[in-house]
Amino acid sequence: MAETQSKQQQSNQRLQGLVFGIAFGFLLQKGGVAQYDILLGSLLLEDFTVFKVMLSAILVGMTGIFTMHHFGWVKLHPKPTQLGANIIGGLVFGVGFALSGYCPGTGAAAVGQGNYDALFAMFGLVAGSYLYAEVSGFMSRTVGTWGDWGKLMISDIVPAPRPVVIASVAALIGVVLVLLDRM
Amino acid sequence: MQRSWLRFWSVTAALAAAIPAAASGVELEVVPLRGEPAWSPYLVGAAIGVLSMLTFYFSDKPIGVSTAYARVAGMLGKLLAPRHTESLEYFKETRPVVEWEVMVLAGVLVGAFFAASGGGQLTGEWLPPLWEVRFGADSHWLRIATAFGGGALMAFGARLAGGCTSGHGISGTLQLSVGSWVAVACFFLGGMAVAMPLFR
Repeated sequence: MAETQSKQQQSNQRLQGLVFGIAFGFLLQKGGVAQYDILLGSLLLEDFTVFKVMLSAILVGMTGIFTMHHFGWVKLHPKPTQLGANIIGGLVFGVGFALSGYCPGTGAAAVGQGNYDALFAMFGLVAGSYLYAEVSGFMSRTVGTWGDWGKLMISDIVPAPRPVVIASVAALIGVVLVLLDRM
Repeated sequence: MQRSWLRFWSVTAALAAAIPAAASGVELEVVPLRGEPAWSPYLVGAAIGVLSMLTFYFSDKPIGVSTAYARVAGMLGKLLAPRHTESLEYFKETRPVVEWEVMVLAGVLVGAFFAASGGGQLTGEWLPPLWEVRFGADSHWLRIATAFGGGALMAFGARLAGGCTSGHGISGTLQLSVGSWVAVACFFLGGMAVAMPLFR
């Protein structure tokens, strides 16, 4: 698709990325989730800021994007479900997350806020990406085929209309947020 | 094209004005303590949700960050070992070019700098407080090695899983992708399994 875009469209797209990135980084810093102590605090179950930020984002984003999709204003981009890769990759990611203390987005935000150690997490992220590219063919032929269910959505496996599923997930997130707020 | 740009910038300007205004209403603290988040997590989360709506509407893209590192890795690889890098299957699908997501990554750095310098929260430190208490004030090399190694594992895991805390954790989950909810649960389970023995 990138090849069919004109030069003008490509540079517009890049400029939009920069603007959205600045807003995202600004919010991550203001939310405190660019701090090692707060990120580790979530893994030690001592600080729930990360969960509050993520769940609020999911609640608002889910409601908003599905509403816009209903009116035909946006296209959905659901992630493919590859159970084996999601689980193994997810656990490896978690181990790296605990060791570095940052995730890919919050690590960049941490560098912007002045945490020099996060710069090395960013270098590691580049190195690890290349390492994966080295074995990408092997990985997609093996792990990638385990439990490959395609672009499966919760609303595809729950026998209820999509709006009901969305409202239920939203209510569930609301309950969890209220409980987290009391802890 | 022109009209959509006008719309894009007017929405951007309105949000730039509205979010800090809303935040000042929510938070009474004038100078936030260093270490304490400046804004309410619910407000920040809700704003990230709105930001997701905007990226879908204007850029036709979900927010994600980790693929940008892979593209940067591919660009560096093309400089150092062009033929080998071109031969790798991954870079045939994910071209090593500066596109939307790489610009998002660059923007995150800049945006966090604005937020921290504006709010008096620039840290300028090598060792995070929690780390220093646990591993000592002279543990710089251990910190660098752990950050680098952890970053590498994280990238490998994110590429295998198909996304990170942004791509799966926010954008995938909010679209109700089953794999994203599984992946994000594993992010935190794997993280807890290492963080708890390390710090408790």
